[in-house]
Amino acid sequence: MTNILKKIISSILTILVVACLVFLAFAVIPGDPAVAKLGTQATPEKLSALRHEMGLDVPLIRRFLTWIGGVVRGDFGSSYSYSMPVTRLIADKLPVTVILTLYSFILMIFTSVTVAILAARRENSVLDRTTQVITQMTMSVPPFFGGIIITLIFGLGLHLFAPGGYVSYKSDMGRFLGYMFWPALAIALPKGAMAFSLLYSGLTAEKKKDYARTAYSRGNSTRDVFYRHLLRNACIPVVTFFGMALADMIAGSIVIEQVFGIPGLGRILLTSIQNRDYPVVEAIIVCIAILVTVSNLLVDILYRVIDPRTVISE
Amino acid sequence: MKKLYLLFVSALVLTMTAALCGCGGGKAGEGDAITVGIPQDIEDSLDPHTAVAAGTREVLFNMFEGLVKPDSSGDLKPAVASDYVIDDEGKTYTFTLRDGITFHNGAPVTADDVIASIKRCADTAGGDPLVAAFSNIADISKQDDKTVVITLKEPDTDFLCNMTTAILPADNIDNTATNPIGTGPYMYVSRSPQENIVLKRYDGYWGEKAYIENVTFKIIANPDTIVMNLEGGSVDMFPRVTSAQAAQLSDNFEIMEGTMNLVQALYLNNAVAPFDDVRVRQALCYAIDPKEIMDYAFDGRGSEIGSSMFPSFGKYFMPELNDTYNRDVEKAKALLTEAGYPDGFEFTIKVPSNYTQHVDTAQILKEEFKEIGVTADIELIEWNSWLSDVYSGREYEGTVIGVDASTLSPRALLSRFESTAGNNFVNFSSPEYDAAYKAAVSSTDDATQTENYKKCETILAEEAANVYIQDPAELVAINKKFTGYEFYPLYAQDISKIRLAK
Repeated sequence: MTNILKKIISSILTILVVACLVFLAFAVIPGDPAVAKLGTQATPEKLSALRHEMGLDVPLIRRFLTWIGGVVRGDFGSSYSYSMPVTRLIADKLPVTVILTLYSFILMIFTSVTVAILAARRENSVLDRTTQVITQMTMSVPPFFGGIIITLIFGLGLHLFAPGGYVSYKSDMGRFLGYMFWPALAIALPKGAMAFSLLYSGLTAEKKKDYARTAYSRGNSTRDVFYRHLLRNACIPVVTFFGMALADMIAGSIVIEQVFGIPGLGRILLTSIQNRDYPVVEAIIVCIAILVTVSNLLVDILYRVIDPRTVISE
Repeated sequence: MKKLYLLFVSALVLTMTAALCGCGGGKAGEGDAITVGIPQDIEDSLDPHTAVAAGTREVLFNMFEGLVKPDSSGDLKPAVASDYVIDDEGKTYTFTLRDGITFHNGAPVTADDVIASIKRCADTAGGDPLVAAFSNIADISKQDDKTVVITLKEPDTDFLCNMTTAILPADNIDNTATNPIGTGPYMYVSRSPQENIVLKRYDGYWGEKAYIENVTFKIIANPDTIVMNLEGGSVDMFPRVTSAQAAQLSDNFEIMEGTMNLVQALYLNNAVAPFDDVRVRQALCYAIDPKEIMDYAFDGRGSEIGSSMFPSFGKYFMPELNDTYNRDVEKAKALLTEAGYPDGFEFTIKVPSNYTQHVDTAQILKEEFKEIGVTADIELIEWNSWLSDVYSGREYEGTVIGVDASTLSPRALLSRFESTAGNNFVNFSSPEYDAAYKAAVSSTDDATQTENYKKCETILAEEAANVYIQDPAELVAINKKFTGYEFYPLYAQDISKIRLAK
């Protein structure tokens, strides 16, 4: 238990370090939010007035302290571009990215586990061989490209969804989930294929072991042997992979949002970087850092549940 | 494990069903709604007085009006004012407010609202006033509740062009950025950053009411998805599609061709060598062929221009200036030799990377310059850097960009070339030009004024202030369900004129 506590504390420290780095990074890179906002109408007087309004004329260290003080209280300031509090802006967009990530994560687990067991049960069959070829192919397709292919085939070809027809989760949850299935699939496929390979090799190795034969001789069906006994052992290396994949998927969803025209965190992040809308960028990066550390923490905990040996060895 | 598995399967089946059902659903109540795609969100402000981007102005056009407003032929029509009188001298402007006109919140428009709006734009506390021409206002007062009188310091017959400045309710004026209220045919409903801006028809509008009730401006930041959005039915209209995109669209869409109302040119920094030598600038003008650029990068579309003026300006546009320089490689080389560059030179063209049209143009220019021995290096920069380095900092040699006009006065395009102008980012300096421009501005006689503006344009062409190229074509893709789209000589997407095609 103390170990989990240690992990939690180190996670909080990680997030704080990220917050500091992000703030300092924007103090270093060139570009000026006042220039971005005033565009071609900028005059030296207007610029300095706006910088004052944005609080950019204050020394860096004081700006940093005010900001970090706000962050701890959950106040990220106000967006330069959208004239609204950053927390409200993000509260609106965060669910989109989180749902997309979880959606693809579930799809990845489901496809990889089922297909791996199906293939491992019938090693060297036609089914096994075809899945091997297909996974090799999907593994090498990056999500953004997969997204384009999916749009082309299922959207424009088969008319299963309207490309760009994103519906906000607030107006219609059903249609929102319906639309999100496709981008989630684009993210899940390559990762699912990798998870498949890991699981498949794990399962085929495990099924030759003695305990598998014992399980059979105790009268278990093949199905039960695979799901109850082999899967649990084959899972251990894969869970680590799932953890890394989850973090990767948060990043992946930012890219895929562009392909499918989904207004989540990614879109806001990119445009805010262009506009030097610091409060928004800083808040989003802190958010992503929290998502990643929390998911890593969860994987750590899950690891203990699946493989009790890790607890003993500590 | 088995239970978990079952849970997965059922969840998956559920979502798959949702996915398959979700596709067919069209828009509810089709016909009283239109979705217009726009390439960028409103990132400067919803406040029409402080908004600066052309892409913002074209959306806000539907929500706000000035005392007068432009129509599609470029004439100024009374809007918030029903009538105006200009004295012969061009010094006193008297506006009579329209009877019964109300703001979107139902409050009547009063003379105080007008005065507050204009005073806000004339305020010089932050340096320049929001509307530069308002520095000429000596006094603004109300004669009675329905009449406002503006007195100018210097006579100016062109001042009316600036009265398109939005009239806002005095009690809400400082909240406009978060709660925009105007008098236009559409009123603001909501926005979701990077997603959409929703407007609704204002039923208390004084003039001809809009046809379509609900308008959504949907932000499509990724140009590759424009065609998919249109074909998929999630967007009904997209202004400014490229020729390539237009070619991909099916018969369900009408492609309308207008002009972008931009002066696209290779703008040269007239203050740095070698462009401080008029012969070098002229040589570059002789080296290029706007037709070739249009053919290669714009499918032959676009209108050639020869000075800082585009065709929509009607009587001010001088087509004869297009022939000031026709492509002549020998002459260009001769001019370069004369200027002391017999072997040509090397320079950098900075282009904002978010404008494909300007990047494409720069690439063709580069090839054309090769023939006269000039090497142009293209440097792609971020828009933000363009604003700070090129536009404000004037640290560049050449840049390809399009300059638009914010009002219907030729001044909007010509004032920046006065040698002392704060936005003279090309550092053009010609006493002759300054004199002609001053004469035009102070003239109260239309014929003399036009003549002087034309003189300004001719000087820009002859001095080769910049390498003028074209006013690019604007292609608007609109679903054939709708009709009535009109082009404006300014940046405006007037949705109130669009109606269902029967």
